[in-house]
Amino acid sequence: MSPRFEATGLSRRFGRVQALDNADFDVDAGEVVALIGDNGAGKSTLVKALTGNLDLDAGEVRFEGEPVHFATPQDASRLGIEVVHQDLALAPHLDAAQNMFLGREVMRPGVLGHLGFMDTPQMRRRSAQAFTELGSAVRSVVVPVGSMSGGQKQTVAIARAVAWADKVLFLDEPTAALGVVQTRNVLDTIKKVRDRGIAVVLISHSMPHVLEVADRVQVLRLGRRVATYRGADTSVEELVGAMTGALDPKEGAA
Amino acid sequence: MSTSTGAGTGTSTAPTASTIETTAAHGNLTDRVKAMQSVWILGVLVVIVAVFGVMSPSTFLTTGNLTNIAQNVSIWAVLAVGMTFVIITSGIDLSVGSVLVVSSVVSAKVMESMGDSGWTTALVGLALAVVVGIFWGALNGFLVARAKVPPLIVTLGTLSVALGVAQILTGGLDIRSAPQVLQDNIGYGRLAGIPAITIIALVVVVLGGIMLHRTRFGRYTYAIGSNETSARRVGINVDRKLVQIYALSGFLAGIAGILSLAQYGTTTIAGQSLTNLNVIAAVVIGGTSIFGGQGSMFGSMVGLFIPAVLQSGFVIVGVSPYWQTVAVGSILITAVYVDQHRRAAAVRGG
Ligand SMILES: Nc1ncnc2c1ncn2[C@@H]1O[C@H](COP(=O)(O)OP(=O)(O)OP(=O)(O)O)[C@@H](O)[C@H]1O
Ligand SMILES: [Mg+2]
Repeated sequence: MSPRFEATGLSRRFGRVQALDNADFDVDAGEVVALIGDNGAGKSTLVKALTGNLDLDAGEVRFEGEPVHFATPQDASRLGIEVVHQDLALAPHLDAAQNMFLGREVMRPGVLGHLGFMDTPQMRRRSAQAFTELGSAVRSVVVPVGSMSGGQKQTVAIARAVAWADKVLFLDEPTAALGVVQTRNVLDTIKKVRDRGIAVVLISHSMPHVLEVADRVQVLRLGRRVATYRGADTSVEELVGAMTGALDPKEGAA
Repeated sequence: MSTSTGAGTGTSTAPTASTIETTAAHGNLTDRVKAMQSVWILGVLVVIVAVFGVMSPSTFLTTGNLTNIAQNVSIWAVLAVGMTFVIITSGIDLSVGSVLVVSSVVSAKVMESMGDSGWTTALVGLALAVVVGIFWGALNGFLVARAKVPPLIVTLGTLSVALGVAQILTGGLDIRSAPQVLQDNIGYGRLAGIPAITIIALVVVVLGGIMLHRTRFGRYTYAIGSNETSARRVGINVDRKLVQIYALSGFLAGIAGILSLAQYGTTTIAGQSLTNLNVIAAVVIGGTSIFGGQGSMFGSMVGLFIPAVLQSGFVIVGVSPYWQTVAVGSILITAVYVDQHRRAAAVRGG
């Protein structure tokens, strides 16, 4: 059976920087794949290119075996692919519930809904429930996200993506701003989302976190996938060696 | 949306659903109301009214004078509705005065050629004014959204082009005719003592407020101004929304054009050169952020009344009305200064 989401030969150049250099990537349903690499290795670029946020110079992307081309992020969303971007991409003047449902507003039933009126109480209730499930530190869904702490903002972005991802969830350094408890909650959430049969891609610089949740680890160096390891069989030393190029791993080791 | 994520495990000390605030609680609401610029600027308006009221209670605080003030702001109020939407997207529409002029010119010319002064003619005139307004507005929106020319430049350009077109169409001479039914019923008409034009403006303002604060269209307006990238990422068709928002502003300028014809019985080719700035000043005084993402219809209305009340008050207490211009400019700068300062203080936690 073909993997849930797969890409081969991705290339993307920014001026003189070859951000992606013939990179491959794959993730299967019900699996957590960690994507690691040094700063500037091309991780965020890869995620953006895979989710309709960035055009590719070359390469093929297949979703459940079918070649796909995402011209916009919505094309990816429509297939159940969601992203938490490294820069979060929240609207600071809107509150958590408004951000959570932005672009997917629940409308009032009947004529009012057709006139564009929204079911605000329902959206607030469902947002609060999602934050609770995530064990987030968000205290209110009715204050502007811009006034929240960095970590609270991050949980809003994560809750939004988790809520809408049916097939693939990309998390670009989701725990970078989180406290100990919230990080634990996010790692637990990642496992739960995976157990629902969703493919989860985690980008993180924290090797302990990677080793804890990842079924497989794919290492990116200079825009290219240089190694793949099984999470259970690898170690921090091996991963760091592969990232920095100190080790010379064989592609497709796992 | 999935609900099967399950609650955090035993390690979690996060709040439960019941502790996450889902409605604006009372204390919180008061806090936020206090934090809104429109509220303290409303205070300023109340003080101004009170001062003039005390200085000359027998003339200033009369229904006649207050009605007068309301009538004077009516046309600007219609424009301010569209301007509020535009500025919340972090845009600007400098062309409203010119679009008002060109709509009223096209409409007056056709109505004049139709010869009679009945309702049919008036309705044709209204339809034309609205179509011309939407055309210019949509053109603005298209250039902003698709051609990626900054709104300041686009609307500065259409300000000039639209006015030029109006002058070409008329040879620069105002068309001094408007159907009698328009002048009688809308220009001078009253309902329960309230000028018809004010009632129309009020309806537009209320509908605009509902649209901005209660509908998805309004939500997207804020989202675009707050973070355009985020709006695009969640699938909002930002370009189309921008075209619609500028077209709305043009549409309202068309309505304002017909109202202005009804009120003055003539086009006002040379008379609208400061309309855009007055409307923008009102919207900004009312707390709508020029950086986008923030603002309210209520605030814009309060911001409109300040210059109007000052104007009327200065005349009544015998201060040269030229001082009004000085006062409004100063209030504009002060309002934005205080707002920025307050926001900086809020960030510092002061
Ligand atoms: N929009 C852009 N314009 C120009 N260069 C870019 C752009 N986006 C990324 N790059 C370049 O592409 C390379 C890869 O960047 P990318 O953001 O993918 O790295 P990353 O692996 O996510 O790093 P980090 O761990 O720091 O987040 C970098 O050299 C970066 O400078
Ligand atoms: Mg990155």
